[in-house]
Amino acid sequence: MADKLDLSGKPSAADRTFHGLAIGAAAFVLIVLAMIAIEMSGRMGPVLDKMGFDYFTSTRWSPAEGLFGALPFVWGTIYTAIIALVLAVPVSLFVALFVTQVATPTWRKPIVYVLDLLAVVPSVVYGLWGVLVLAQPLQKVFLRIHEAVDGIPGLQSIFGASPQGRSFMTAGVILAIMITPIITSLAREVIETTPQSDKEAAFALGATRWEMIRASVLPHSKGGLVGAVMLGLGRAMGETIAAALVIGASIGQITINAFAPGNSMPAVIANEWGEADELHKSAMVALALMLFAITIAVNLVSSAIVQRSLRRSRGAL
Amino acid sequence: MKIWTASILSIGLLASCGKKKEEGGGGGSAGAGTGSASGAGPAPSGKATINGSGSTFQKAFQEVAIEGFTKAHGDVTINYSGGGSGKGRQDFADMVTDYGCTDGLYKDEEKAKLKGGEFVYVPILLGAITVSYNVPGVDKLQLSAETIAKIFQRDIKKWNDPAIAKDNPGAKLPATDIVVAHRSDGSGTTQQFTLYLEKAAGAAWKLKSGSTVEWPADTQAGNGNSGVAQIVKSTAGAIGYVDLPDAKASGVKYASIKNAAGKYVEPTAQSAQAAGEGLEVKDDLTFVSVNAPGDATYPITAPTWCMAYTKPADKAKGAAVKAYFQFMITDGQKLIPEIDFAPLSKTLQDKAIAQVAKIQG
Repeated sequence: MADKLDLSGKPSAADRTFHGLAIGAAAFVLIVLAMIAIEMSGRMGPVLDKMGFDYFTSTRWSPAEGLFGALPFVWGTIYTAIIALVLAVPVSLFVALFVTQVATPTWRKPIVYVLDLLAVVPSVVYGLWGVLVLAQPLQKVFLRIHEAVDGIPGLQSIFGASPQGRSFMTAGVILAIMITPIITSLAREVIETTPQSDKEAAFALGATRWEMIRASVLPHSKGGLVGAVMLGLGRAMGETIAAALVIGASIGQITINAFAPGNSMPAVIANEWGEADELHKSAMVALALMLFAITIAVNLVSSAIVQRSLRRSRGAL
Repeated sequence: MKIWTASILSIGLLASCGKKKEEGGGGGSAGAGTGSASGAGPAPSGKATINGSGSTFQKAFQEVAIEGFTKAHGDVTINYSGGGSGKGRQDFADMVTDYGCTDGLYKDEEKAKLKGGEFVYVPILLGAITVSYNVPGVDKLQLSAETIAKIFQRDIKKWNDPAIAKDNPGAKLPATDIVVAHRSDGSGTTQQFTLYLEKAAGAAWKLKSGSTVEWPADTQAGNGNSGVAQIVKSTAGAIGYVDLPDAKASGVKYASIKNAAGKYVEPTAQSAQAAGEGLEVKDDLTFVSVNAPGDATYPITAPTWCMAYTKPADKAKGAAVKAYFQFMITDGQKLIPEIDFAPLSKTLQDKAIAQVAKIQG
């Protein structure tokens, strides 16, 4: 450090090393992703040769006959993710609003802390808890819900007959618990970017707290909140072990009945990989690649939305 | 700035979750390179570590056999990691392991891909798969293959159905709804159970046989034998297929099944061993043991094998594998009844001993 300051403008050895390491690390991640994509595309060959386009449209998944249709699992992935969002989004938003706008600092800390703890519980713990503790009481709750809505068109098919403890809905509930902390913490940060002046302006006009939130906070953070929700969606769709344990592992079933057992793309891979033959494995690799593409797309779109909304709100400051 | 890091972090997290899954998928081939590389070094004669993986059906036996064998051969270490028959076959084919154990066989086109060349199947034991049930008030139940097929296909949905009553003359059956439990994971147990129904129920069974079949939608799925047993135990009216040790461990009741000779037989280690007596065994010691002939035979009896290469690359490991295989089919057989499996019949054991002799250790 005692050296004279070098003003030649040439990068020092340390600078060059840092530069190289940083580029190397960044490139490494991209190379790994690309290699995964290439390797997997190669491995899905056999099933596409056999099934052709039917792979994406057929609803039959029969390893015994060598027939593989991915549609039921795509449906299950989307359906459980939607259920999870419907349950998790309102809770997350209200928690985020409570923490940022209503709670005193004494309350804020423990709530944030507990929510962050929820985010680090391993998913297999949620899954086992779902199977061993939640499944049976939920079945009774499902039955009551079904009896309550029986006869109402629409609702009676969603909350359908002969509910089971392991179902789309059970998986949706578990996934909702898992994504709530993610959505909440992002929503919190987005909401906190609302300029104090906007809020004070609303109060100055005589707005109540709720009116202030509606008039200043929500319009300001809309984009960022959508992004937060989509990040939760990505997580819900990719969740494997928890879903595999509680979703019920039905084969080839597409139904709107949320109380029926279902299956999702990651769950079927986790369940069937161990005993699969070549073609069966190739069908699951193709499932994995589809999931890979879908989650990357969801993540890219959501982070783009979050970034754009952040730039806009910083501009307003 | 905070939101920046938060979103980047969570994106990174998601990406790494995705990555893990893909790596798991490609694990078979990635592991192959390291496995064969580490096996290349010559080990001092006598001292050896051998690794096996595969069938969870015989994992309980592998554990007691390894304990028994290493007591006598202190210089040999054996690791058996389970993971399922499919994994056992894959690892063995890629030479990640020194021996593999499996309930199912390689297809002919897969045999060409075995990196270690010629290998032998050695039958290890037979095990009964029970049809476990939970019907309050019913302590004895008899079922024929046709009835089981109808139950698991949801053709019959009440316990007092005439088809069940016909198998159980004089029994009082309640009008309880039947709840069918099956495996959520791909499984050799499902494979053998459905193979039995395919062979014994004939046209009445329409779902074919395999490690995963197209179960009707209104059935329940549990993970592993213990998962199915848990559903049966906790659900009134439930029925499911569970291997005998797990059925005993969880305390569920199980049915006597009508065998090929028309007799209803209870699943026990003895009735499963009886299935091994009159089997048609091929030259490579593979066979089908479901629906086997014999008055005392329990018909849903599943086989399991271990596999070893006949020309092992590493002599010390080869010798250890050979000695361990010899132990499993001779002295090791005495350990089997304790864990509720069936030892090999005398004829099968003699053939297995001849088979193990082909391993050049």
